[in-house]
This record gives sequence, structure tokens and C-alpha cells, in this order.
Amino acid sequence: MVYLTRKAEFSASHLYHNPDFTPEENRRIFGKCNNPHGHGHNYTLEVTVKGEVDPRSGFVVDLKQLKEIMHREVLDALDHRFLNKEVPEFLQQIPTTENIAIAIWRRLVDKLNRAKLHRVRLYETPDLFVDFYGEE
Amino acid sequence: MKAHLSRRYLFSASHRLHSDAMSNTENQSAYGKCNNPHGHGHNYTIEVTISGQVDASTGMVCNLVDLDDFVNREVLARYGHENLNMLPEFSNQVPTTENLCIHIYEILQRGFTHAHLERVRIEETMMNSFDYAG
Repeated sequence: MVYLTRKAEFSASHLYHNPDFTPEENRRIFGKCNNPHGHGHNYTLEVTVKGEVDPRSGFVVDLKQLKEIMHREVLDALDHRFLNKEVPEFLQQIPTTENIAIAIWRRLVDKLNRAKLHRVRLYETPDLFVDFYGEE
Repeated sequence: MKAHLSRRYLFSASHRLHSDAMSNTENQSAYGKCNNPHGHGHNYTIEVTISGQVDASTGMVCNLVDLDDFVNREVLARYGHENLNMLPEFSNQVPTTENLCIHIYEILQRGFTHAHLERVRIEETMMNSFDYAG
């Protein structure tokens, strides 16, 4: 078994707000992330897949295909978007780093052919990241 | 839905690696320049990984404010800009980054109750890092 990781970057804006909370609760729990017009990040995405090395190609996965899948399924939808308003998953759910990592996993997990998705790591900033290993 | 969240923090401290259980020659041989008598310093990076179910109402494993407050108060305030050899935990123990990593893990394990502690990683330099998961 070999693990292969491909990185990508996207930039997006978001805000944290739960309509079931009072304005005071939203402010207390989410702090500046609750500012009403949103704010942005440069996200770094690391997608790790695992599999046996194909003896003919020497690949776990065709990197070109993986890159295309990541672009089509994730970056085209998230890059330079206001996540709360433009990405379906976040119309009803807060786009925290945790939830974005889970949404990216769900967008990718059935799209890979040979290799199996192992981990989605999403950096919101260089000092904060989330790992998601699948539904538990 | 279980997710892992990792947060990185910086602090600077000095230390000297010297074991009273070894002769001067042995100390020199084991620790090299790290045994120089007046110590030296590093910019340490700590990476704390916690895990838990993502709360449906907040979208979070735990509130970062709670983690930041705890680490600032219990770890960074304790070790930042200190000479590690002067601290009680290192009065009888060499302040290697392995030992420091275990101490920081134990501080979090004992006191941080908002999520499950998975791992503490310390990068002593860009070239050396240490992980402790209990």
C-alpha cells in the first residue's frame, strides 16, 4: 500500500452564523467569524489516496486524473466563492473548516477509480487544519 | 461525524542537554553541541491535534477559543522565553524535546476537557520533530 498526496489551493469567503442562536450567542460562540459580511482565507487542500502500485504504470493513481477530479469536483465549486451563499452544502450548514473538509470528502469519495480516498486535510491558515478520514 | 483538528503554536526557549547520570565525556559524546555549558535556544512549534464529533449546531469539534486559551495559559505562558532547565519538571530530567513533548501532552491530557487529545508534535527546528500520542 502506498499513499499519495496532492495539494491544491483555493480562496473563498465565509461567515459562521447559526440562525437558531440569538445574535448574542452567535457573537459569543463565533467571535469575529460572525461578522455579517464574511471574511476570507487562502485554503490549502491536501488529498491523500492509497492503493497498490500498478505494476505496468508504476502509479498508485494517475496524478493528472486526480488533479482533474479535484479541480472539477472541488476547486471549480469553491474557489473564489462566498461559501455560505454559493455552495449548496453551506446554504443550511455552517462552513467551518470541519464541515468544508467533510464536504470535500463527500465530493471526492465516489469519483476516484483505482485508488481509495484516505484523508482530506484542509488548512484554513498555516496554523490551523482539519483532517477527515471518512464517515464515523 | 468525527474530525481531527490541529492547531500550531510557537514559543521560544533555551535549554542545555546534560545528564547528571553520565560523565562529562559521556555527556559530550551523547549531546555534542547541545551539551555546551551555558545552553542555547530554539523557536519551538507545537502542533496539537484533537478529535471529536463535529457539533451539528456549531460545525466545530471544539471552539478554538477554548483550545487557544488553554494552550496560551498552560503551555505557552509556562515555557515561552524560559530556560527549560530551570523549571521543576526538568530539575531531574534532561529537557530534550522528547521529554518536553511528553510534558506538554500530559498538561493537555490532564486539563483540556473540550475534546479528545490525539497527539502533540513539537518541531524543534525545521529539521527535527517529535510526536507523542500517549
